[in-house]
Formats: sequence, C-alpha cells, structure tokens
Amino acid sequence: MRTILYLIRKEFIQIFRNKFISKAIFAVPIVQMLILVPAVTFELKNVDIVIIDKDLTPESRGLISKLAGSTFFRISGKTWSEKEAENLMLHNKCDIILHIPDEFGMNIGNGKPAVLQAGIDAINSSSAQLSWAYINGIIRDYNSDITIDNISTSGVSSFPIIDITNRYWYNEELNYKYYMLPGILVILVTAIGFLLAGLNMVREKEIGTIEQINVTPVRKHQFIIAKMVPFLLIGLIDLGVGLSIGKLAFNIPFEGSILLMFLGAAIFLIAVLGLALFLSTFSGSQQQYMFVAFFCMIIFILMSGIFTPYESMPQWAQDFNLINPVAYLMRINRMVMLKGSSMNDISGELISLGVIAVCFSTFAVRRYRKTA
Amino acid sequence: MKRFLGFVRKEFIHIFRDYRTLFILFGIPVAEILIFGFAISMDIKNAGVAFLDLSHDEITHKLSDKIISSGFFRKTEDLLSYNDIDKVLKKGHTKAVIIFEEDFGRNLIREGKASLSIIADGSEPNTATLITNYTTAIVNDFNMGLAGTQVSSALKIIPEVKMFYNPNLQSHFMFVPGVITLILILICALMTSVTITREKEFGTMEVLLVSPLRPVQIILGKVTPYFILSFINVLLILALAWFVFGLPVKGSLVLLLAETMLYILMSLSLGILISTVSSTMQQAIFISLIGLLLPTILLSGFIFPIENMPSVYDYVSLIVPPRYFIVIIKNIMIKGTGLMYIWKETLILAAMTTVFIAISIRKFKIRLE
Repeated sequence: MRTILYLIRKEFIQIFRNKFISKAIFAVPIVQMLILVPAVTFELKNVDIVIIDKDLTPESRGLISKLAGSTFFRISGKTWSEKEAENLMLHNKCDIILHIPDEFGMNIGNGKPAVLQAGIDAINSSSAQLSWAYINGIIRDYNSDITIDNISTSGVSSFPIIDITNRYWYNEELNYKYYMLPGILVILVTAIGFLLAGLNMVREKEIGTIEQINVTPVRKHQFIIAKMVPFLLIGLIDLGVGLSIGKLAFNIPFEGSILLMFLGAAIFLIAVLGLALFLSTFSGSQQQYMFVAFFCMIIFILMSGIFTPYESMPQWAQDFNLINPVAYLMRINRMVMLKGSSMNDISGELISLGVIAVCFSTFAVRRYRKTA
Repeated sequence: MKRFLGFVRKEFIHIFRDYRTLFILFGIPVAEILIFGFAISMDIKNAGVAFLDLSHDEITHKLSDKIISSGFFRKTEDLLSYNDIDKVLKKGHTKAVIIFEEDFGRNLIREGKASLSIIADGSEPNTATLITNYTTAIVNDFNMGLAGTQVSSALKIIPEVKMFYNPNLQSHFMFVPGVITLILILICALMTSVTITREKEFGTMEVLLVSPLRPVQIILGKVTPYFILSFINVLLILALAWFVFGLPVKGSLVLLLAETMLYILMSLSLGILISTVSSTMQQAIFISLIGLLLPTILLSGFIFPIENMPSVYDYVSLIVPPRYFIVIIKNIMIKGTGLMYIWKETLILAAMTTVFIAISIRKFKIRLE
C-alpha cells in the first residue's frame, strides 16, 4: 500500500511539473464549457425566407404576415424573379423560397384549392424537414383561420376533432443546454483521462524512464494503479468543476443525487483509464498512441448518442455500444441530472460499466511487461 | 533543392516505418464516414413509447396500432395509471407516453371531441420534438380519415415543397463535407505540431538546426509528407462518398481540390504555429486535439447550424477556420457553384494561412535555450 502511495505521489509531481498541462487540465474544460454549451442547439431560429408574391392580394399578404410573425422565420427579401431567388439561395443568403402564384387569392375566394410552392435548401436534411414542418404548421393555421371564417358564415357543423396536447417533462422548455452540458462534460472528462493517462505511460517508455521502474520490486498492478489514480482524481475534479459551471452559469437543474453521478463517473474513469493503459502497451511512441486514442475517442463519442437518438441506431451499433463506456456515462449523466433517476433506475448501466472497468484494467495489468 | 528532397525522403521513411499510425491515418476518415452513414442519424426510429389507455375502446386501439405501425415507434409497455409515467420515463427506455382520456371513443363520436396527450421526455429535446411532431401528424391523419369528405373541402391551401440540392433528404450531403473538414484540420494540425515538437523534446532539432538545411527547409520538409498524405486522404473520402453513397462532386473537381489544398495548407500552418508555442509533445497534442476537436465539431456549422446559435456566435465562429471551408466545400460539392460564390471564404482562409505562417516565423527559435 505504501508503495502505491509513493508511486502516486511521483505521478502527481510528474504531471504538475509541466506548467502548461497542469493549468490546461482545469482551464480548458471551463473555457470550452462556457463557450460551447450555449452554442449547440437544434432549435430552429432565424430561417431566412425570400418571398415571390405574384398574387399581391389580402390573402397572400395575410399568409406572409403570419410567417413574419413567427419566431422561426425571417423574411429576408421579396422579389419577382425566381432566378434571383435561386441565386440568393446559392449565395447562402436565404434558406427558403416561398412562391405564391398569381391565382392564389382568387382561388381561395372561389373555394378552389390554392397551390403554393416552397423551395428549401436541403443540404442539412434535418433542418430542412423541420423548416418544412413549421411552414406546414403555419399554413395549416392560416387555413383553419379562413375555414373558420367560412364555417361561421355558412353554419356547417364541425367534424370530430382529436385534441392533442403535449408536455415535456424534466425540461419543459426543451432547453438544449440541459441536454448538451452533461454530454460535453462526458467528452471532456473522457478526452483528458484517456489521452493524458496513455500519453503519460508511453512517454515513460519513449524516454526510457519506465526501465527504472521495471528494475524495482514494484509489482505490475501497483504500477498500473498508481498510473490510474491521479487521472481518476483529475477527472472527478474536472467533473465537479463542470457541474459547478452548469449550476452557476447555466442554472441547470440537479434532480438526482450528485454522489450517484460521481460514482458513475468514477467507474467510467476506471474503465477508460484501463483501456488507455492497455492500448498504451501496444504503442512505442506518443505519436502512435495519440492516433490510436484519437481513433477510439472519435468512434466512442460519435456512437455514444451525444447528438443523436440512441434507439435509431441499427442493432449492430447498439451491440457495439455494450462495450462503449462513453455511451453508458452519457445516459447515466443525463438520467441522473435531468430526470433524477435513482440508483435502481441506472443499476443496469452501472453494473455493465463496472464489468467493463474490471476487464479493461485486468487487460492493462496483464499486458504490461516488466521485461523489455 | 537536392538537400531538401533528401530531407523529405527522411521524413517519409519515418512515417512509413510506423505502419500502425499510417493505417489509422486512413482508418479514421473511413470509420467516420461509415459511422455517419450507417450507424447514427438525427431522425428517430424505434423510439420507445408507452401507452396509458384509460378508455380501451375500438378507436384507441386502432389509433395506437396506427402510431406503432408507422415505424418511428416501438411500444415498450402499457401503463395502468398516471403514477407509472414518471417511473417508466426515469428508466430511460421509454421516451414518451401517449395518454388517451377516459371514454375517448365515446367522446369523439358523441361530442365530436376527444383529447389525447403526449408526455415526452424533455431531457432529450431533439427526440422529444420529433416524437411529438410525428405523433401529431399521425393522429391528425387519423382524424382526417374519420372526418372523411368534410375536411377535404375545408383544406384550401395546398403547399408543395421542393427540396433544393438534396431532393431525397439524405444525411450524407451534410456529413461528407463535415467529415472532410474535421479530419483535415485535426490530422494536419496534430501531425505537424507533434512531429516538430518531437524533434524539440528529444533534442534532435539541434542536429537539424546545425545541418546545412535552412530552418524554412526543415519546416517545409516536415510538412510536405503530411500535405501529400492529407491530400490522398481527401481523395479517399471523396471516392468513398462516391462509391458507397453515390455522392458526386457537382461542381468543378479541380476547384474543389485546389480549395482543399488551401485548407490543408492552412491546417498545416496552424500545426506549425502550435508547435512553436509548445515545448513538449503532450502539450502539442493537448492543444491540437482537445483544443480543436470540440470547437471544430460544434462551432463550424458541421452539425449545428450557426444561424440557430445565439447571435454572439456569429462573431465567435468567425475565428474558427473550418466554418469557412464547410461553406466552400458544400458550395462546390453539392450546389455546384464556382469561385464567384466563394471567393470571400477563400480569401479569408488564405489570409489566415498567411497570419499563421507569419506568427510562426517570428516565434520560431533557431537556437535551443
């Protein structure tokens, strides 16, 4: 036990001797969280619409003012020429072209169907679909405004209506910050733990100092534990810092137990550090390890469901996620923070993470060779 | 010149000797393209939904079958009371609960009005919005069917839509340009900054500095191999996009490649700049990986459109180089426009390259302290 403590002390001295790294470990997460968390949102805002109104009747104007009144859209221009409108789209000056043909008002007046065309820049297909859904909603509203006018004048009885109400629990206003903060936090903790721990190990190999440890009676598991503990602590401190930022800067609700989050993060870090040290035994140089780590991190993070719904992934991807520690922590963090899930609710995730942690750490100890 | 070529050859030998790194260098873009293409999507599929049916009549059964058979949803369980809602949502497998009021069918037929509520798990806002949007659309559709002819006469405005540039709404139109942008800046900046700091950390930089090679030649010799490798990487991604997803380059390929070279140059000079401010490899890796990874993914407009962000980010993202390249590559690849439409972005990238190089030259030390 004493040996491990001494080794841990040595690791801390080594880490904090590098002035840049010792500051960056804490400063980078703070800065990135402050800058990035408010930035990311799928919420649609300020979608620029160019209108080609060939109709110029009260009906077309009514529809346009309805669009202009919504928070999603911004009427950025009007034109008569389709060519000009398409050119604006090519220049990224508008996202949607709304074309109101010239019989629009007349057809509505005569009770005939009035056709309307929307052209949407669909390079980002999910934004395009969302814009289209919103436009449709506004048109439907406008439509029923007119219909109600007609019905009330003609006295036709209404048809059965299913009235739909929806509520969002745990995050009523669908604030994206609540969603992204736990996610970004997981990435930062992963990046720092995974990258630094492995690099640290490979660096000892590269500059040869690992030989000095190898000739001592230090046991394999003692060495690995001593390499893990400092980064485990740093990761947990980073988590604490990140959570405080969430509370102080973004006022993110804390429904669940903070202790439970730290427990999840600790098991997660053991898993990630174990994997890092395991992979580091395969690399001879820091450069090589960095690429391996980069490769794994990109895959882990993208597959973890940070930006995308987890269930939409095909079965093979979900199977892969069984060994992806990031996916577990991503779920645990969001569930505990936002929904207040209890130990019981996340026990499955915790147990799986625990199994992964034990396996990876054992691999790391096994693979580490004291002989050159 | 001959000396310089010899130096470049030495660098190539260094790179090729480490076949694992080389393998990963090309493996990363391939893996990313495949993940974005086949594993993840923004859309929902099989989202877990639970039903709380307080009525249990023919209409509610029909409607819930219709909702499930749409393919967007998967039924997780039938709830018995309101108290269960919180419990299932907390477990995490159910993303929304659909509630039919008591006597739903009778109310609908007798009184012409029945109410249905959706309670979605807002901790995943995107999924929650999609679930409510899709459910609402399905229920409205069902409603139309019930109402029959009465409605069709009431529907007067028929909106038609044309999706420009991407008529089938395929997601790879967005992620292929994004992946190229991300990979190039990360790999170039990482590789250059690490190989230069490596020489510094091991003291071999001194060996190079006392050699007849001039500092400029050393740096150029260091980056030339990565320039070539990155360029091959781009060709690989484009080929993959073409063969796997059938995504062609709509505009001029020559222009696209020229712009890509400019972007690679920019990234390499950023790498050189990072190397001049770092003394150890760990520091260089930290700056180029942790410092660049998230901002590039999040602030470039790759996944999250910049115009949706709070307005400060219009200015914050101005200093994020990938932002400009994404515009350029989308314009050429997907819209098929020419230089006329992207000269501003091109100039900005060129200016950034010049600034990075200028700073690096000023900061580059010919002597080790």
